[in-house]
Amino acid sequence: MSKIREIAGPLMMVDGVKGVGYDELVEIILNTGEVRQGKTLLVEDDKALVQVFEGTVGLDSKTVKLKFKGRGLELPVSEDILGRIFSGLGKPIDGAPAIIPKKQIDINGNPINPVARDYPDDFIQTGISTIDGLNTLSRGQKLPIFSGSGLPHSHLAAQVARQAKVLKKEQNFAVVFGAMGITYEEAEFFIDNFKKTGAIETSVLFINLATDPAIERIATPRMALTAAEYLAFDLNMHVLTILTDMTNYCESLREVSAARKEVPGRRGYPGYLYTDLASLYERAGRIKGRSGSITLIPILTMPDDDKTHPIPDLTGYITEGQIILDRPLERKGIYPPVDPLPSLSRLRDKAIGEGKTREDHASVANQLFAAYARGKEVRELMVIFGEAALSPLDKTYLKFADEFEGKFIRQGEYENRTIEETLKISWQLLNILPREELKRIKDEIFNKYAKAD
Amino acid sequence: MIKKVAGPLVVAEIENAKMGDLVRVGEKKLIGEIIELKGDYASIQVYEETAGLKVGDIVETTGAPLMVELGPGLISSIFDGIERPLETLLKKSGDFIGRGIDVLPLSREKSWEFIPTMKKSDKVLPGDILGYVQETPLVKHMIMSEISGTLDDIKGGSFHIDGTIAIVSGKAVTMLKKWPVRKRRQLAEKAPVKVPLVTGQRIIDSLFPIAKGGAACVPGPFGAGKTVIQHQLAKWADADIIIFIGCGERGNEMTDVLLEFPHLKDPKSGRPLMERTVLIANTSNMPIAAREASVYTGAAIAEYFRDMGYNVALMADSTSRWAEALREMSGRLEEMPGEEGYPAYLGTRLAEFYERAGFGKCMGKPEREGSLTIIGSVSPPGGDLSEPVVQNTLRVTKVFWGLDYALAHKRHFPAINWINSYSLYNESVKEYLLANVSKELPKVRGIALEILSKEAELEEIARLVGVESLSSLEQLILFTAKSIREDFLYQSAFDPVDQYSSLRKQFKILNSIILFYGQAKNALSMGVELSKIKEIEAIKKIPVLKFADENKADAIETELIDQFHALTGRVSHE
Repeated sequence: MSKIREIAGPLMMVDGVKGVGYDELVEIILNTGEVRQGKTLLVEDDKALVQVFEGTVGLDSKTVKLKFKGRGLELPVSEDILGRIFSGLGKPIDGAPAIIPKKQIDINGNPINPVARDYPDDFIQTGISTIDGLNTLSRGQKLPIFSGSGLPHSHLAAQVARQAKVLKKEQNFAVVFGAMGITYEEAEFFIDNFKKTGAIETSVLFINLATDPAIERIATPRMALTAAEYLAFDLNMHVLTILTDMTNYCESLREVSAARKEVPGRRGYPGYLYTDLASLYERAGRIKGRSGSITLIPILTMPDDDKTHPIPDLTGYITEGQIILDRPLERKGIYPPVDPLPSLSRLRDKAIGEGKTREDHASVANQLFAAYARGKEVRELMVIFGEAALSPLDKTYLKFADEFEGKFIRQGEYENRTIEETLKISWQLLNILPREELKRIKDEIFNKYAKAD
Repeated sequence: MIKKVAGPLVVAEIENAKMGDLVRVGEKKLIGEIIELKGDYASIQVYEETAGLKVGDIVETTGAPLMVELGPGLISSIFDGIERPLETLLKKSGDFIGRGIDVLPLSREKSWEFIPTMKKSDKVLPGDILGYVQETPLVKHMIMSEISGTLDDIKGGSFHIDGTIAIVSGKAVTMLKKWPVRKRRQLAEKAPVKVPLVTGQRIIDSLFPIAKGGAACVPGPFGAGKTVIQHQLAKWADADIIIFIGCGERGNEMTDVLLEFPHLKDPKSGRPLMERTVLIANTSNMPIAAREASVYTGAAIAEYFRDMGYNVALMADSTSRWAEALREMSGRLEEMPGEEGYPAYLGTRLAEFYERAGFGKCMGKPEREGSLTIIGSVSPPGGDLSEPVVQNTLRVTKVFWGLDYALAHKRHFPAINWINSYSLYNESVKEYLLANVSKELPKVRGIALEILSKEAELEEIARLVGVESLSSLEQLILFTAKSIREDFLYQSAFDPVDQYSSLRKQFKILNSIILFYGQAKNALSMGVELSKIKEIEAIKKIPVLKFADENKADAIETELIDQFHALTGRVSHE
C-alpha cells in the first residue's frame, strides 16, 4: 500500500509502491474528492519521488490516496480541439464539454529524426516590416521574441498570429497558444484578440495564469506542442505556436530542481536547462513528405534586459535567431520596438530572393542594416561632439536613421504590409543616401528598383 | 533487476557486470552502458529515453563494451551518437525516433568490390593493408589486418562486409571490424606536425593556421557564426576524410548539411563533398547519454581512416553540449561537483579527447603517414570565455579562433577576432609555406598583424580626439587596416568565388595591400599628401581581387608601383 512519507515544496516522497515506472502519471485523490496530477521523477526500490503539478498545499500523509496510472501524462486529441481553451494541464476551461478523443498522445513526444526533417525555407509574410524585411520568418522555424517587462511583446505576437500567411500557397493555418504564468489581463488580451478576428475557430489555447499552480507550467508547453504536432503532422495544418512567457517556465523548473537539492548551474537554474529547453524548441520544424509544419515563437522576458541571462542565452543557442525588443525605441513611442541590429533570423537567406520574395530583397536588407548601423553610430558621435562637428554625409545618415525608425520600424498594430510595400519603403529610405554609399547593391538591381516607384 | 531510475541513469543488480559493458535495459531492451560499480549494483547510463522503466525490470549484460563498427559503408552515412544509421532508423520507426530499435551500423546486404594488394603466403602484421575497396570515387577504403600470421588465402571479388576475404593463419578475415568506442587507436609513431590544413579561409590560413594533426578551439557566443565556420571548414578543408559531429545542436543544421553537401563540389576533384564525409548527428533533443558517446564514436571512426594513411579532419559542434552531458550524468551519480557543477574530471576528459589529434606513421605495411585534426567549437554561456569548458580546452589546443560578438554585430564574417586569436603552429608550418607559397609570407603577415594591432590602439585615440588630429602616417595605418579588414579578412561564406581562396591567392591579396602600404609610407616621407595617395586609381582594384583570378594581382602590383612612381616623381619634380 503506497503511503506519502514526506512532502516538501512541490515534491512528495511515497513509500510502498510496486511496479511504478519513471516519468509515470500519478493521480492524487484527496478526501474532498479533488483529484490532482503528478509524475514520478525518480523510482528507487519501493519509493517514488512525485512532482505534483497542482502543488502540495492541502495534502496529508493519512487520507490522500494515490493511483499510479502506468503511463505518462497524455493529451487527448481530435480535430475538435480547434476553437477550445484548456488549462495548463489540458482540461477544458471554456465551459464546453470535454472532447471525444481520437487519440491519446504522450506529451513528451519523440525527437524528429534529423534525416526526416525538411529545411524551413518558405517565406512567411507577417506584415511587419522589421520581421519580413530584415529578419524573415520561415515556415518551420523557431524564432523567439526577447523582450523585457513592460514591452509590447504580446501585441507583437498577436499581430504575427493575426497576419501571418504564406504567399501563393493554399492556407490551412492554425494557432496554438501556450500561456505560462501570465496575468489574467494578458491572457484576456490574446483570447479577446483571437475572438474578435475569428481566429479562435482555428486556435487551441492552453492557459496557465500567474495564480495557477507554478509546477503545472512545466507541462503546459508540452501540452501545446503535442497539440501542435497533432495538427501539423496528423491533420496537415500549418501551425504557428506561441509560448509565453518562457521565463516563468524556467523558474518553475528551477523550483523543482531546488526542491530536489540538485547541484545548480548558473544563477541557480538546473544544469540541464539547455537540454530541457531544446526538448521543447526542437519540436518545431517540417517533415519530408508531410505538408504541415510547426513554426514556433517563444516569448521570454529578459530579467533586467540582460541578454546574457541563462534563459535568453540558452534559448539563443537553440533557436534559429531572435527578435529583440528595445526599450529606447519603445520610449520614443515606436511600435513595434524591434531593434533590427541585434535581431537575427538565421534562416533568412534561404527564405528570400527571386521566386520567394523578390530578387532585390537580400541586398536591400543588407544595405538597410549597414546604413542604420552607421546612422546610429553618427547619433552617438553627435552626443559627444555636437551636431556642428558632423560632416554633410554624417547628417544624411542621421536623417536616414530617423526616417528608418519613423517609417520602416514604426507601423500600426493593425497595419499589414505586404512584402512589396516593405521593399517600397526600403527603397524610399535608401534613396536618401547617395548612390556611392549603397555599396551592397549592384548596379542592375539599383537601376531596376531604385527609381521604380 | 532495476533498483532505481533517475532520468538517463539506471541503477541495477546485474550478474557478471564489468565496467564499461553494454547492457540491455527493460522490456524494450534499451541500450545502456555501465559507468559505475558499487557492490552488487551497477550504474548504467541509458542511451535512450527512460520513461516507463520500472523497479524490478530486467537488465541483461552483453558482456562486451560499446563498440563501433568499422568498414566500407561509413562514408556518406549519417549516424546518431552510438552509430545507429539514421536512414535505417527512419525506415524502421518513421519520422520520429522510437525506442529499443535494434539496427546494425553497417549494411550487411550491400556488396563491395574487394581488390587485394597482398598475395597468398605473404607474412601479415597488424595494420598491414590487405587490399582495398573503392568506397566512393573520392575514397579508397583500405582493408587492414588486425592480426598477424601468414596469408593462407586471399581473394578479390564482390563481398558483403561480413564475407571472408582472406584467411590469416587459419583465421577468417572480413572487411567488418569492431572497435571499443572509448579506446583510442594507436599510431606506430607520433611525429611533430609540419603541413598546414588548408581551409581556403583567409584569416585562418594566412594569419592563424592549423596544422594537419593539430587541434583548434572555436569559442563564441550565439549568433557569432561558430556553426558557419565549422561548415566552411567541413566543406573546404583539404583533408581526405571529414567527420562532422553535430553534438547537441539544432536539427535543422544537420538538415542543412545533408541537403547542401551532396551539391557542393570538392575544389580539387569536382566530386560531391558528401563522398568524403561521415556525419554524426545527436541533436539537442536526442537522448543526452548518446550525446556524451557521440564524440568518441566520431573519434574512433576518424582514427580508423587515419590509420589507412589519410588526412582526417574531425569537427565537433559543440563540445559544450558534450560537457553538459558529462555534467548531467555526474550530477545523477551524485559525484562531488567541480567548477560550475561540472565534474572534477572535465579537464582530463577534454585533454584526452583533443590529444587524439596528431600526425605520424601508421601501423603496418606499406609505410604511410596519416593525421587527425580536431576542431572543436565551444558555446560559452553569455559569451564568457572564463568558463570551465573554454579554459580547459585552451589548455590543450594550440589554435584559438576567438569569435567576437561585436564583429558579428557589424556583420563582419568570419567574426574571428584578430587581436586575441592565436595559432602556435605558425613555426611548424613555416617551412611548408616558404616552399609552396612565398618566401615573403612571414614578413607580409608580420606587417599585416602589426598594422591591425596598431589600428586597435589608434582607434581608441581617434575616438577621443578625432581622426583629423592623427598624423598622416597614423591615418595611413588606419586606411590600410581598413583595407586589410574589408578586402582581405572579410570573406563571404555564400559567394561562390569568395568562399574559397587558394593559399597563393590569399598571399597575393595581402601582398598587394602591404605593397601599397610600403609605397604609401615612402611617398609620405617624400612629402606627398595622404589625400593624393588615397586617390591612386590602382587602390580601387584591390577590393575586387578576392572575386578575381589569383594572377590578376600581379598586374595590380605593377600598376600600384607605376602610379606611386608617377606620384613621387611629380613631387620631387616640384
